Amino acid sequence: MATSARRDACPAIKNLLLLDSEGRRVAVKYYTDEWPTNAAKLAFERSIFAKTLKTNARTEAEIVMFENNVVLYKFIQDLHLFVTGGDNENELALASVLQGFSEAVTLLLRGNVDQREALENLDMMFLCLDEIVDAGMILETDGSLIAGKVATHSIDDGAPLSEQYLVRPL
Amino acid sequence: MSQFAKKDDDRDEDEYSPFLGIEKGAVLQEARVFNDSQLDSRRCSQVITKLLYLLNQGETFTKVEATEVFFSVTKLFQSKDIGLRRMVYLIIKELSPSSDEVFIVTSSLMKDMNSKTDVYRANAIRVLCRITDGTLLTQLERYLKQAIVDKNPVVASAALVSGIHLFQANPEIVKRWSNEVQEAVQSKAALVQFHALALLHQIRQNDRLAVSKLVTSLARGSVRSPLAQCLLIRYTSQVIREASAYDQSGERPFYAFLEGCLRHKSEMVILEAARAITELNGVTSRELTPAITVLQLFLSSSKPVLRFAAVRTLNKVAMTHPMDVTSCNIDMESLISDQNRSVATLAITTLLKTGNESGVDRLMKQITNFMSDIADEFKIVVVNAIRSLCLKFPLKYRTLMNFLSNILREEGGFEYKKAIIDSIVILIRDIPDAKECGLLHLCEFIEDCEFTYLSTQILHFLGVEGPKTPDPSKYIRYIYNRVILENATVRASAVSTLAKFGAMVDPLKPRIFVLLRRCLYDSDDEVRDRATLYLNTLGGDGSVVETDEDVKDFLFGSFDIPLVNLETSLKNYEPTEEPFNISSVPREVKCQPLAEKKSAGKKPTALGGPPAGPTSTVDTFEKLLSSIPEFSTFGQLFKSCAPVELTEAETEYAVNVVKHIFDKHVVFQYNCTNTIPEQLLENVVVVVDASEAEEFAEVATKPLKALPYDTPAQTFVAFEKPEGIPAVGRFSNVLKFLVKEVDPSTGEAEEDGVEDEYQLEDLEIVAADYMLKVGVSNFRNAWESLGPDFERVDEYGLGPRESLSEAVNAVINLLGMQPCEGTEVVAANSRSHTCLLSGVYIGNGKVLVRLSFGIDSSKEVAMKLAVRSEDESVSDAIHDVVAN
Repeated sequence: MATSARRDACPAIKNLLLLDSEGRRVAVKYYTDEWPTNAAKLAFERSIFAKTLKTNARTEAEIVMFENNVVLYKFIQDLHLFVTGGDNENELALASVLQGFSEAVTLLLRGNVDQREALENLDMMFLCLDEIVDAGMILETDGSLIAGKVATHSIDDGAPLSEQYLVRPL
Repeated sequence: MSQFAKKDDDRDEDEYSPFLGIEKGAVLQEARVFNDSQLDSRRCSQVITKLLYLLNQGETFTKVEATEVFFSVTKLFQSKDIGLRRMVYLIIKELSPSSDEVFIVTSSLMKDMNSKTDVYRANAIRVLCRITDGTLLTQLERYLKQAIVDKNPVVASAALVSGIHLFQANPEIVKRWSNEVQEAVQSKAALVQFHALALLHQIRQNDRLAVSKLVTSLARGSVRSPLAQCLLIRYTSQVIREASAYDQSGERPFYAFLEGCLRHKSEMVILEAARAITELNGVTSRELTPAITVLQLFLSSSKPVLRFAAVRTLNKVAMTHPMDVTSCNIDMESLISDQNRSVATLAITTLLKTGNESGVDRLMKQITNFMSDIADEFKIVVVNAIRSLCLKFPLKYRTLMNFLSNILREEGGFEYKKAIIDSIVILIRDIPDAKECGLLHLCEFIEDCEFTYLSTQILHFLGVEGPKTPDPSKYIRYIYNRVILENATVRASAVSTLAKFGAMVDPLKPRIFVLLRRCLYDSDDEVRDRATLYLNTLGGDGSVVETDEDVKDFLFGSFDIPLVNLETSLKNYEPTEEPFNISSVPREVKCQPLAEKKSAGKKPTALGGPPAGPTSTVDTFEKLLSSIPEFSTFGQLFKSCAPVELTEAETEYAVNVVKHIFDKHVVFQYNCTNTIPEQLLENVVVVVDASEAEEFAEVATKPLKALPYDTPAQTFVAFEKPEGIPAVGRFSNVLKFLVKEVDPSTGEAEEDGVEDEYQLEDLEIVAADYMLKVGVSNFRNAWESLGPDFERVDEYGLGPRESLSEAVNAVINLLGMQPCEGTEVVAANSRSHTCLLSGVYIGNGKVLVRLSFGIDSSKEVAMKLAVRSEDESVSDAIHDVVAN
């Protein structure tokens, strides 16, 4: 029974996506086998990107039902952030994850939120995804705590947050 | 590689990416720096990031590559750089090393698990738990238990979440941590509390009492985190579901807790509680009201997510409790223009469910504006909602039919058009008044239809319904246009439809023949063949004669041979002198899984073949029965009841019975399934004892020759009963048969069998079995037209009842009639209710019933029953049913 599945389970996240202004991957993380191949994942990203492209999800997070999933999304500059959860998920629990995700990204990129900045700090983006959700379980939803956990390492390294490894010629 | 190369092309100069032109081979080369004796930690971090980038883009490493990277990465544990260590953790998780490689890193990770650095501890736990197997877990257990109660919340969460994942494979070990987890539930850190509660519930999930205790102790308010509170609400609903008993005050246990959560400061918790309340089993209006009130507030929120969540929940409530949601109608209407189209669609479909008859026109006007700018998938939802609305308020068919025809003319994909066509077809079938305008809309649609499938389906439907209309000739033009303008498939179908008109409507015959003759020169052979066949069989050689019933039956009658059987027979047919004889095809339906039959009955495939929909099961039964010589003299089948199970689930033999009611006879069809592979049953009969059914006399039995394993088959018993009298009675049944052992390896049965019998449950013939559920589109008109000549009115006391709606449903079920105009739904909290029923009584007498109910404060229900029918005795019979 669908309701019992929903009632007894923890809120579960199916994926977190950080896409650029053309729907290409910056950093993504999937937590279920619902999209078993890379092609299936790409197809999902392409269609959800196309479906949400024309909406205005800048001031408030938006929501859409998509292939029996609930997808919450928010756009910051040219970055598109998505959180996918099951059909019966508490939308506001998913919203809190998206909120934490977008706050953390904003903090980590120090307000310069755009795709180039995100790519240049891709290590932080990966760590950020890693700190929000662990294998589908919500790990942390507070943006500043997430950013704090990601950033500690660079500080301990003696390197300031703004220092970007990847700017140097590779 | 190609996708990276492609990226080079479409990236502009200023769209500089640090990963431009990155290549797997080169990065793997670079990874050699991990082996340097002097580690450059920054450089190493960069290389790991590149590896992660490749993996994240969908690049895959071969087994050898992954192993090589993994081994060199393990060298990086020497570095004291925290940033680099975090990247190392990440890449180990991504590479997911195989169990024979894991040992390399376990000691390093276990060292980190005991490190003073919190970041190390938390991450090492997550990595280790991800890659470890059960054997290692026992070594880790002590540290994990410590970590669960670690004062650093990040470490505690890491251990708890890992515990949740580990529980799947190693529940026994994780269960031993129960004390530590319980302590963590009291943590001040919000997320720790959430993770601990989730794990604790997982540990106790199979122990009802423990879950109940957990909920009771936490419901007092020690939970701080909204997420944890949501979990608690979920667990509470689970406890409520399992504990059905109400306490003395008549309150549902824990309802007060759920209601209290509606006043929580976090919207997430409010939503969860409201949803939990709406999903309670048998929720009452009183319980629903506070939940609906908070959801209504959400409807006007500035946050789309909140509006969506609220409208989605209310939409679900509207399916079962439409009256309770009407209070939100005004807010819903303003959502029709919502920016978020999902919200708008949900709002509309909710309104369509809760709206009353007078509001339909206004609503349709609003929807028309909305339809143009939503996607097809939403439109289909709306079309389906409109169809049910129309069936609910048949008087409004004109508005709704017009709406459907308007949207049919607009742009749209196949699925959308099909949904509209299906809806129109269903409306035509169920609302007689809508037939003519509906058919004309369909005709207009095929004039400009790009979908062959839809055209042929509509043409077929026109052929069935068109000739029965008062003026069939006006459809001919549309149909013949298809012959001129369309592709071969549609042309062939149009020829058949023309022929149907010719066969059914004699005055049109000469003109149809002219048209059919023109088709003889068609470029497609199927079209020519059909035209020739029809011309010859209908007598198109000049003489206009009335078409024979036989011919009609041959051409357009339903094809009563199971296609599967025909296919097998044709395959077995050897080309010889003797022509293939269709009457040699067995008509007995061999294997008819009940589930399939049921679903076919429930889902009327609107366009599928001759009168599909709810009648299709009756059709199959009728054919089945008429193919049995013993029953062929019983006349027209009046009704076949839904199957009743006579055995419990998962017994050796599964038997259910379908009661077939005829004027003077009753036939029980026992559907038997043998679930024992080692047995073959022969000469299966049901011995029926009718001593408690005095008016019935057994006249025939049709035994079942053989019942092999897992192949359902039927045996029948027929009874005679006094004509026209709704005799009732109880029958006890015993299944008798000869058991033969079957050798499972060869599948061959032994020669000798043993007589055996098997007790089945009793079955009953009740008054409702003599009533056919047939709705009327306009109850008042039907009521007036039947007139007061045979009206019988009386009042009855029904005694104390749980609720008004329970009493109404009980009477509906007792009479077995079709509720009209949605009157089976009782408004919440109302003290009185009027319910309109219609049906056809055995002997084909139309019956209408008007029930007026009233309930007083002590829950005593009184009912006034007014019956109108075409026959005094029928009206009296209905009263007898209720009186008894």
